[in-house]
Parts: sequence; C-alpha cells; structure tokens
Amino acid sequence: MTTTSLRRKADPWYMPLLTLDVLAGLAMIVAVWAGLLYAKEAANLAGDEQIAQRIFYFHMGCNITATIGFLISVIGSIGYLVRRSLVWDRIAQAGVEVGTIFGFGIMTTGAIWAKPTWNTYWTWDPRLTTATITILIYLAYMLFRNGMDNRHTRARFASIYALFAFISVPFTYYSARIFRSIHPVVFDGANAEAQGGDIVGGVGATMGQTLGITITCFIILFLALFFHRWRQLNLESRIEDLREELYQ
Amino acid sequence: MASGNGSTGEPIVRVEKVAQRYGRKVVLRSVSLEVKAGEVAALLGANGAGKTTLLRILSGLDAPERGQVWLGNVPLTNAGHEIRRYVGLVSHRPLVYESLNGLENLHFFAQMYDLVEPEARIEAVLTAMDLWHRRYDPVRTYSRGMIQRLAIGRAILHDPPVLLLDEPDTGLDQESVAVLTDLIAQLREGGRAVLVTTHNWDRAERWADKIFYLADGSIEDGAEALRQR
Amino acid sequence: MSSDSLSGLLGRPVQMRTGGGAKAFLRKVWAVAAKDIRAELRAKEVASTMIVFGLLAVIIFGLAFDLRVPKSAMVVPGILWVIVLFAGILGLHRSFGAEIDRETLPGLLLAPVEPSAIYFGKLASNLLYLFLLEFCMLPLLLVMFDTNLYHPVILLGLFLGTLGYAEVGTFFAALTANTRARESMLPVLLLPVMVPVFMAGVSLTAGILDGRPVSGLTSWLVILAVFDVIFFVAAYWIVDLIWDGI
Repeated sequence: MTTTSLRRKADPWYMPLLTLDVLAGLAMIVAVWAGLLYAKEAANLAGDEQIAQRIFYFHMGCNITATIGFLISVIGSIGYLVRRSLVWDRIAQAGVEVGTIFGFGIMTTGAIWAKPTWNTYWTWDPRLTTATITILIYLAYMLFRNGMDNRHTRARFASIYALFAFISVPFTYYSARIFRSIHPVVFDGANAEAQGGDIVGGVGATMGQTLGITITCFIILFLALFFHRWRQLNLESRIEDLREELYQ
Repeated sequence: MASGNGSTGEPIVRVEKVAQRYGRKVVLRSVSLEVKAGEVAALLGANGAGKTTLLRILSGLDAPERGQVWLGNVPLTNAGHEIRRYVGLVSHRPLVYESLNGLENLHFFAQMYDLVEPEARIEAVLTAMDLWHRRYDPVRTYSRGMIQRLAIGRAILHDPPVLLLDEPDTGLDQESVAVLTDLIAQLREGGRAVLVTTHNWDRAERWADKIFYLADGSIEDGAEALRQR
Repeated sequence: MSSDSLSGLLGRPVQMRTGGGAKAFLRKVWAVAAKDIRAELRAKEVASTMIVFGLLAVIIFGLAFDLRVPKSAMVVPGILWVIVLFAGILGLHRSFGAEIDRETLPGLLLAPVEPSAIYFGKLASNLLYLFLLEFCMLPLLLVMFDTNLYHPVILLGLFLGTLGYAEVGTFFAALTANTRARESMLPVLLLPVMVPVFMAGVSLTAGILDGRPVSGLTSWLVILAVFDVIFFVAAYWIVDLIWDGI
C-alpha cells in the first residue's frame, strides 16, 4: 500500500479536504482573473486610483471571510459555555485563527488602496478601526489561551473573553463613526469618500459580478483553511486524550 | 444544627466514586467513603496521594470529573453556594488576611457567612483558640502556630455540621495539638462530622472513629493498611 | 489555646441569616470592599503605587511635550486618559493578584456568597482607587499644562469612563488572575476592549477644551453611559462562570 492510500484509509476527511484544497487554489486563480482582468475600469476614476480600486475586490473578500471567522468564534464560544464540550471550543479557536489571517488581509489591502485614493496609508475610518481593534482582540485571545494549561479552564476563560470582547465591538464601531464625523479631514482634496462614505460610487455590471465572484472564491479559501485548522485541533485533542489514557 | 450526640443514622457526607485528574495526572481514581454525624474520620496517605484534592472537592472548591459528593441528601455539584454554609475547611493555607488583625479577619468572615450578632461568637472562637489577647495585632505578626489556630477558628466560626481539616496539626506545638485533640472530641460530641487528614498514624488513631487510607488514587481499608505497617 | 474555653464553642447555637436577597448581597459586596480598603490602608501597596505612578507620568509627559506643542490643551485630553488607563492597570491586577499570591481566594469562594458579590466588592474598591488617582492628577495637570479640567461635563465623562474601565478591568483581572504572566496579560486583553471608552473620553475632554457646545458632545456621554450599563449587566451574568470549578 502506498502512503496515500494508507492516509486515505485512516482519515475519511482526506479526499474531501484535498478536493477543497484544489478548489480553493482554483478559486484564488479565478479571483485574481476576475479582479484584475474581467472587471471593467471604474467610470469616475483615473490614474493610480483607477489601478488601486481593483484591490477593493480582494479587500471585500477578506472582509467577508474575516467577519465569518468572527461570527464562528462567537457561536463557538457561546456553544462551549452552554454545552461545556471542547468541540465548540475548537470551532471558536479555528474561527479566530483563520479570521485573523483574513483580518491582516483587510488591513494590508486597505492601506495599499488608501494611499493613492486618500493620500494616506492610515485613517481612522470606522470600519478600518473596528477591524484593527478586533484583530488586536484576537491576538490577545490567542495569547490568553497560551497562558493556560488545563483544557477546560482555557476553553471557559477564552470563551468568556471572546464574549466580552464581542460586546465591545459595536461600541468601537460607533465611537469611531462619531470620532470621524467631528474631526477635521486631514488629507488634501475634498474627498467625500474619505469621510467613510461608500467607496465604490457607481457600481458597473462587471464590477458587481466580479465582487460576487471574488467573495465566493474567498469563502472557499476560508472554508479550506478553517477545516484544516479545525481538523488539526481535533487531532491535537485526540493525541492529548490518548496520552491521558496512556498515563492512567 | 447539631443532631444529638454520638454517631447516629444516615451519613452526612457521602462520597461516591469520585475521580479527578489534573491534566495528564490522575489524582483520584475512584474514591468512595461516608462520614456520619458525630463521627470523626481520618484520611491518611502519602504526600501527593490526593488527600488535599479530595478535600477541595468536598468543600466545593473543585468539581469532580466523575462521581458525586452528597452532603446530607443534597448533591454538591450544582447545589448552589448556600450549601457552603454547612462546610468548614482548614486548608494548607491559612485563608486569612495577614495585613488585617485577628478580630477583623473573623469579622469579615462572619459577614460573609451572614452571622447574626457575631461579636459573642467571635469572642468565643478567639478565646478558644487562645488569640483573644492578640486580637488587635495584625496577623503578619503572628507565629506560625497562631496563624494555624486562627485558620481553625475561621473554619469553625460559622459552626458548620461538616468540618474538613487538612493536616490541622501542621505548625502546632504539643500543647496546641492537645487542645486540637480536645476540639475534635468536642465536635464529635456535638454531632458534627469531621474528616481530618494527617501524616501521623498515632494522632489519626487517637482522633478518629475510622481511618481511610488513600493510596494510588483510591481508598484502601485503613485497618488493613495499619496492620501491614 | 485553653481546653476550658472550648466548651463555650458549641454551647450556644450559631445563627445565620439564610437567603436574605438583595440586602444580604449588598452587605457582602460592602464587606469585600471594606476588607480590601482596610488592608490597603495598612499595606499601602495598590492605590499609593497607582497614584505615584500617575503623578510621575504627568511629569514625564510634561517633559516630553514641553515647547514642542503649540497649545498644551491639544495634548492634555490624551495624556489624562492614557495615564488613567495605564496607572489603572497597576491597581486592577492587584485586586485579584493579591488574593492569588497570598492564596486567600479559596477563603472567599468557600463562603456562601455569589461570585458576583466578590466581583462587585472588588469593583467598588478599584473604583475608589481610580477616583483617588484622578483626584490627585487633575491639580497636577492644571499646574504642569496650565489646563483647567474642572468642567462639569469633563468630570462627568471621567466618572462614566472610569466606571466602565473599572467594570471591565476588574472582570478581566479576575479572568487573568490564574494565568501565567498575568501582569502583562491584563493590559493585552483589556486595552483593545477599552478603545471605545478611550475614544469617547478623549474626544469629550478635547471637545470641551476646544470650547465646542455641549449639545454636540452628548453622543459621547451616551456611548459611555450605555457601555457602563451593558458591561455592568454582562459582568453580573458572566462572572459566575469564572469560578465554577475546573
């Protein structure tokens, strides 16, 4: 028997996950093609802004997937506190970790886009602020988990923290909105978009389609990463169980 | 609260197949024991045999992984915090505040246990523990034996029907041990259930009506273990 | 101990009020707070450290911004809130850290008391320490930066913001008390959650100093007040989960 068939036999998830991986790879190619080639140019932009606006498709993809990761972590945390089963805790942890990767995607693409458009890498745009703070909360969540050894204590405390942090996110968003509305705009040009308004003015037909395509592609990538991480955590936990049995 | 003298009737503490582990280490495999009202039970065992773990579970500080603890006919898990009124614990640590004096410590715990007009009770406890003359001194200035006596006083302050003593003779001089022996006898006569751990076989025999021997995470017959010794 | 005096121990039955509802709850909250404050008066290790650190920080900021900032009122709101947050952490982590270090927390948990009563007791003592810190800081800010912060709206904002900070901070202090490296863990967990309070506090203070009409700043007060109420309720519901056994 080859190693592959051995592996396939030991793990029923092997083929589905491999398929998902291939799909995710293809999805990324499709996303790049749709974002850079298929989408027509924006009607009201020119120069650097015209080129930069294409990153918006990837920005949006990261945005949606990071939000999904965030929601999964909240559901997993509530699930753990209600059911006290580590299955839920692993869902929450995988949601946070994969969500954070896409969170960094939001910030990177956002900064690249903001420089030519708003003439600054960083602005306290409400959505950007909320995304940044949420990622900081996630990093804190991961550090916090590291500091605890007992699996159930760790799951319980991490879930409690995730819930508390979740409550604070809408406050951060609304604070940042008011913060922006009363502070002067520091960069040059009377750019209404910089106030945190809608970034794509008139969405053309191809732009709408492209947005749909790239978001779907990013969701496929998210699912692939999420299931890998989730399965990995399950295996880790299984190893831990076996070790405990061994020592009994 | 006291139910007559001597050990009678139903067990007031019932431990059923309690198992506990910390991470990979199995501390209690399957422990069952019973203590009746007016009965003193001694729990012996080597260091790390799980005596303290068992007492933590009995006092409600930790939940057991498996098994159940009954106080009277109430299961301890999910019983709510009110059940803690019926248990007193002398732990390895004194559980008193060293920057406060003896009187303030007992006053604070009297408030936590909702004692009605606690002054008389606090005076009785401090006098019995021979700390009344030092009541205004911060606990920081107490000797080890005095702190241990204050810890015992803290545990019996609310006169619980169940008393858990985790090596209460640690740090006590001979005279204090004699009085601890008297106290345990008094508690037995008063119909309290006492579970005491110790390293000292002679003391265990002197104090207790029955002896449990904890080894390898489960209870062995105390008399049997004693014979083998 | 004396053998004779033992007989007095079991003679008289001890009376406990069982149940008791809100009154008993508040009595225990007060007992915990009073115990902490009394211990602090003796040991002087929490509030005094916070206050000295806070005053030092004001002076350090004074040195840092002297002559570099055209108008000191521009930086004072930020300085005020940064110091409150950072100095506050020193006190917050001690509130449960001291109980863990001296291993007295089991004594509290052994008592027939809701965990939330312990939490609210600690919250009360932490609030007192934070208010003391601010009480000492404001005059020094006035002297160092020539900026008068004694405006009713600024003080109201400071009160609401401090309340929210103490609520979340005390809760996270309980959460981190048992973890490794809790001193560094607490700020990492706490600061991102405090961002709305910080933004609201700084903007409100700055708005008043800039002479903006109060009517335009009420939304900050609303955010602070709603934050306080929601986290008060959340802490009350969730705090029981922290100590419910392993």
